[in-house]
Amino acid sequence: MAECGGSGSGSSGDSLDKSITLPPDEIFRNLENAKRFAIDIGGSLTKLAYYSTVQHKVARVRSFDHSDKFPFRPSPGKSTPASRLLVPPPRVSHLRRHQDSHGLQGRQKSSALLRVPRGCVSASSPPRGSAHTRVPHPHPQDTEQDHEPPYEISVQEEVTARLHFVKFENTYIEACLDFIKDHLVNTETKVIQATGGGAYKFKDLIEEKLQLKVDKEDVMTCLIKGCNFVLKNIPHEAFVYQKGSNPEFRFQTNHPSVFPYLLVSIGSGVSIVKVETEDRFEWIGGSSIGGGTFWGLGALLTKTKKFDELLHLASRGQHTNVDMLVQDIYGGAHQTLGLSGNLIASSFGKSATADTEFSKEDMAKSLLHMISNDIGQLACLYARLHCLDRVYFGGFFIRGHPVTMRTITYSINFFSKGEVQALFLRHEGYLGAIGAFLKGAEQDNPNQYSWEENYAGSSGLMSSSPELCPTQRPRSGTFDLLEMDRLERPLVNLPLLLDPSSYVPDTVDLTDDALARKYWLTCFEEALDGVVKRAVASQPGSVDAAERAEKFRQKYWNKLQTLRHQPFAYGTLTVRSLLDTREHCLNEFNFPDPYSKVKQKDNGVALKCFQRVIHSLDALGWEERQLALVKGLLAGNVFDWGAKAVSDVLESDPQFGFEEAKRKLQERPWLVDSYSKWLQRLKGPPHKCALIFADNSGVDVILGVFPFVRELLSRGTEVILACNSGPALNDVTYSESLIVAERIAAMDPVIRSALREGRLLLMQTGSSSPCLDLSRLDKGLAVLVRERGADLVVIEGMGRAVHTNYHAALRCESLKLAVIKNSWLAERLGGRLFSVIFKYEVPAE
Amino acid sequence: MLKLGGGGGGGGGGQDWACSVAGTGLGGEEAAFEVARLGDPGKAGCRGPGRGCAGIPDSAPGVGMLQAGAGGPARGGQGVEEVGAPAAGGEERPARHPSAPALRLLNRKPQGGSGEIKTPENDLQRGRLSRAPRAAPPAPGMGDHGGQPERSASHAPGTPAGAAAVNGVLHNGFHPPPIQPPRLCSRSLPGGGDAAPPRLPLQPELQPQPPPPQHDSPAKKCRLRRRMDSGRKNRPPFPWFGMDIGGTLVKLVYFEPKDITAEEEQEEVENLKSIRKYLTSNTAYGKTGIRDVHLELKNLTMCGRKGNLHFIRFPSCAMHRFIQMGSEKNFSSLHTTLCATGGGAFKFEEDFRTIADLQLHKLDELDCLIQGLLYVDSVGFNGKPECYYFENPTNPELCQKRPYCLDNPYPMLLVNMGSGVSILAVYSKDNYKRVTGTSLGGGTFLGLCCLLTGCETFEEALEMAAKGDSTNVDKLVKDIYGGDYERFGLQGSAVASSFGNMMSKEKRDSISKEDLARATLVTITNNIGSIARMCALNENIDRVVFVGNFLRINMVSMKLLAYAMDFWSKGQLKALFLEHEGYFGAVGALLELFKMTDDQ
Repeated sequence: MAECGGSGSGSSGDSLDKSITLPPDEIFRNLENAKRFAIDIGGSLTKLAYYSTVQHKVARVRSFDHSDKFPFRPSPGKSTPASRLLVPPPRVSHLRRHQDSHGLQGRQKSSALLRVPRGCVSASSPPRGSAHTRVPHPHPQDTEQDHEPPYEISVQEEVTARLHFVKFENTYIEACLDFIKDHLVNTETKVIQATGGGAYKFKDLIEEKLQLKVDKEDVMTCLIKGCNFVLKNIPHEAFVYQKGSNPEFRFQTNHPSVFPYLLVSIGSGVSIVKVETEDRFEWIGGSSIGGGTFWGLGALLTKTKKFDELLHLASRGQHTNVDMLVQDIYGGAHQTLGLSGNLIASSFGKSATADTEFSKEDMAKSLLHMISNDIGQLACLYARLHCLDRVYFGGFFIRGHPVTMRTITYSINFFSKGEVQALFLRHEGYLGAIGAFLKGAEQDNPNQYSWEENYAGSSGLMSSSPELCPTQRPRSGTFDLLEMDRLERPLVNLPLLLDPSSYVPDTVDLTDDALARKYWLTCFEEALDGVVKRAVASQPGSVDAAERAEKFRQKYWNKLQTLRHQPFAYGTLTVRSLLDTREHCLNEFNFPDPYSKVKQKDNGVALKCFQRVIHSLDALGWEERQLALVKGLLAGNVFDWGAKAVSDVLESDPQFGFEEAKRKLQERPWLVDSYSKWLQRLKGPPHKCALIFADNSGVDVILGVFPFVRELLSRGTEVILACNSGPALNDVTYSESLIVAERIAAMDPVIRSALREGRLLLMQTGSSSPCLDLSRLDKGLAVLVRERGADLVVIEGMGRAVHTNYHAALRCESLKLAVIKNSWLAERLGGRLFSVIFKYEVPAE
Repeated sequence: MLKLGGGGGGGGGGQDWACSVAGTGLGGEEAAFEVARLGDPGKAGCRGPGRGCAGIPDSAPGVGMLQAGAGGPARGGQGVEEVGAPAAGGEERPARHPSAPALRLLNRKPQGGSGEIKTPENDLQRGRLSRAPRAAPPAPGMGDHGGQPERSASHAPGTPAGAAAVNGVLHNGFHPPPIQPPRLCSRSLPGGGDAAPPRLPLQPELQPQPPPPQHDSPAKKCRLRRRMDSGRKNRPPFPWFGMDIGGTLVKLVYFEPKDITAEEEQEEVENLKSIRKYLTSNTAYGKTGIRDVHLELKNLTMCGRKGNLHFIRFPSCAMHRFIQMGSEKNFSSLHTTLCATGGGAFKFEEDFRTIADLQLHKLDELDCLIQGLLYVDSVGFNGKPECYYFENPTNPELCQKRPYCLDNPYPMLLVNMGSGVSILAVYSKDNYKRVTGTSLGGGTFLGLCCLLTGCETFEEALEMAAKGDSTNVDKLVKDIYGGDYERFGLQGSAVASSFGNMMSKEKRDSISKEDLARATLVTITNNIGSIARMCALNENIDRVVFVGNFLRINMVSMKLLAYAMDFWSKGQLKALFLEHEGYFGAVGALLELFKMTDDQ
């Protein structure tokens, strides 16, 4: 584990304290391609940043028909980022477009090309029972090549850009620099951006060791740049600290507009900076009473040398023995001023009069209160003066220490009477390094991209509070990592969100809901074996697949254990974050798309059934058809490898089909059932444009979504079908959807003409998650949605419509439908396994 | 007037009191105001003030002058210069002399004759201060300015730095202006002043006793009589006290009537008389009680009586002994209520009642503070202005104390620096709000100093601070950036981190206690300044008045505050100070006593 002890789970980290015989692949990863170094050297910690490229295996799908003349262009709209068919949709940005330069041949060479001979429709397993609508389901163990795969899959190397941040104690700096020098090959980098108080001190060392020229960057500029960066790119970056709640971290959803805000940086002194825009900020004040005062004065008073030890002392002390309280003066509370008797009237006031000896703990506590209160008070005064209510705190005084976060929060609440919130940042320690890096990388325009925290490579927020993580060793001596992947295009809010600032994608906050957390963590633990198996199976030709899969298991298992102890490690813990973490970990060990073959088969089988399904639907009367379409959507949704209950069924009964799925469905009335309202709506005028977020491959998208889309198109509604940019479980990806659409278009004139005329548009969401965050969607999609004036949003599947967005309020009509494929969740919602959610919402006028 | 005659026989006063104490069977030794070493020659100061008062109209200038004169010697003699050392260091010397300790010390004892004050060595507090060198005798000539008018002292300032220059500064720290403008604030009116025509404290018509109701208890009889003692029915009975019981210090003001007729004198009960004598003839009470003689307001008309207002303080921890003494002296036989403010009024109320049979009249401390401040400012400081500021606060060379007319004080930000700090926005006499406060105040300074240096008193701490250099302890901007931090326009000499250098062990081992004391003082002061400045901005007020005992004998802090207000506001904010720093609450409490009586 990269945390190396930071999480209490990495045994590999135990040796790191003394020497730097660190596992290189875990600490300074991807150094070979590293460029653009930046370093932030603080009083005790060094933060190193570098930009690197990561080679990933990526599963690509490709139509057998290489003619590449897919006629269906999306909207002619000028800014529409066309869904260009058959251009491999990059999941993450390509630093160098490898595959483009390699061409097909090279690709075939370097990849395990899974080409399956084209078969014919008749080859599919014979349907049983009611032949017409029965769709056989492919099963994973099926090695026969009797299904016709609708497309080929190739595993390719993809190069993605990644930012690496490593934090370690200054004592290791020389060893680390040596290590970097040894591993840094073929870099054209000549300069290293340096910031922080220690940059000056270590300048010569850095220049000598790395042969790089040190370029000093302004500390505060770096800090602000870094702060802007994390606030924009990392959801749940900011949190409030609530003493006594469990857990004590309450993450904030990112405000759509980051600015303006106040940043209070508590280093040895305090700097208060007002940030108005990306480039405009102003030092509006400061105080000399800061972390250095706590440390220096604390060292004098208690003879304790280390900052952390001082904090530890403080956490055990009783400040009332040292401070003069209001009740010491008044004998109780101050009634007229409404000052509680427990308030500190005079810090250290008792030590002026009493002749007693004071304990180190008590003095440290009193000092901590004194300094925290003072900083909080000043921050409030500045916030009020500048009319700001968002105040972020950072600096080594804070740096994840619950004790100081608690006292600062208390102080802010007290002095602002609740009007100002003290906010802290998960990656506060990295701000300077991030900023310095960004300064050096300005020509790459890092700010034009969106970035994503890689959960697999990042350590996450660690609590140093002993009661929260008893097994954890003191923070010192650990390496802490942050990795961020660059995304191809910026992510933005869905323009249809009613209130982007209050939108919370996730339905259940597992940081908050201990019961749910326990359940889901266990659930993910139990599903791990299956995922590992599936991963291995997805790469039959690979010699090291088993080994990598085992590493994946270890990594994800450790993440889960970390999250059990510290659910706040990566922001708000949700089912989504657990799923995303799993995807990141799979990617980390080169299992880019374990379900690619499953999806391929599913799609092939379902495609064969498409026409039959359409025929039977067309045979129905209008009203019957509407219900059948909705049931089809729901039944398709049962085919979900992400749900354990279903994957068990699918594993044990490979013949499980569309009809069985329908039968599994709950009878109406459904658990949530606004179908009648929907039907009524359908009798009215058609929607202008529907935005549909598809879920699973195969039956779901082909037999559920496409018939539904077809109906909408027939009504005169335009449709934007949005699929994941990258793979996640058996969710249909954008590139798969293109091929599927192409196939369907070949069979169905409605779809064909709609594609051709730009009334059906296939778009990517920008996401690779089984869930859906409507505040981080591909900008092209958002633009299109706005252009087309979408007035209906259909969100399908448990991951997108239940785990997330269940409560999402939109400005237009919305349809959220899902089958609850988890009995625990079903029970929670008051239903049973395979209960149906059909939620049709019309925004209030 | 009983014993006022005995010019030189000062010691007697103290003795008398002691005797009377003994006579009433009260253990003077245990009292808070233990009369320590009464025989000390220093105690020999006579009741000069009393006599001075008799002299009336001219007494004020006389007093001022004498204080001015006295200021020099003490300073010179005591090496107090350091006390006032301003942030910027030695250059400022001349200006900083006005350091209060000097004054206080000097003024402690009235000298014979004109009421001039001399500096007795035996002063208790001084003893505790135990300034080592306690150097040379007063600078020649300084002591005997006696009768000269106040402005005579103004000749001194021209002299070069050093003792002489020091001495050139008036006792209260002013470089006397070439021509002292007549004080604008009328010093006649306020409070009690209008209650009775100043002329005749003892008009016959006031004498008639009220029809005595049923006097069942001696106490009540006594009370009745005392009504007469203060000369008028609607005046509260003597003694007139105002008390402010803070977290660290108890501030007591005592009005000593100087217009007592012979008749009154005869009527004055023994207790009352002995209290008066004890308080007025001593400057130190017990081990810890101090009368700030230099602050005494002379020839004041309050509630129709003329007299002197005395300013006394003692540590709050002596409160119980004080109450005990009140009990032993049968104080309750004199007085039904004692006007008290500050937290202790609440905390000790019960003790006053049960132990000393005294009913406290509790008063809001902020009300008292404001009323007291306005009153003292309006009466002026014995003909001199109460309020002052520092001219050129950012230039150590030119920084000078200057009088400030506070006739039109609103709005003002009032920063009261006691153990903790309260900040008020005052919009009119009775429209104000508490804006905020901070727990980093005088108590923090002293508390930290005690822990860091082993000192025991405020004076000791300040004395050390005067000698220290905080830049050894603090981390400056230039320590981090090698110079100014231009990006933010921060000077290299600005403190980046208070005590920041103490993070390093080597530095910890290399600094002196004096450095630590200085750093503590500078840290606390700058922080208060910073908060006050922000409050002033938020409240849109540009006058910031600093009061409270943290400023007592603390020229370093005053100049730092003056500097900080001016520098950070680019001259927009003005820091104002008042001579009676910490006593306004007590004065306000006393004023309430008169009001109470009016109400009745």
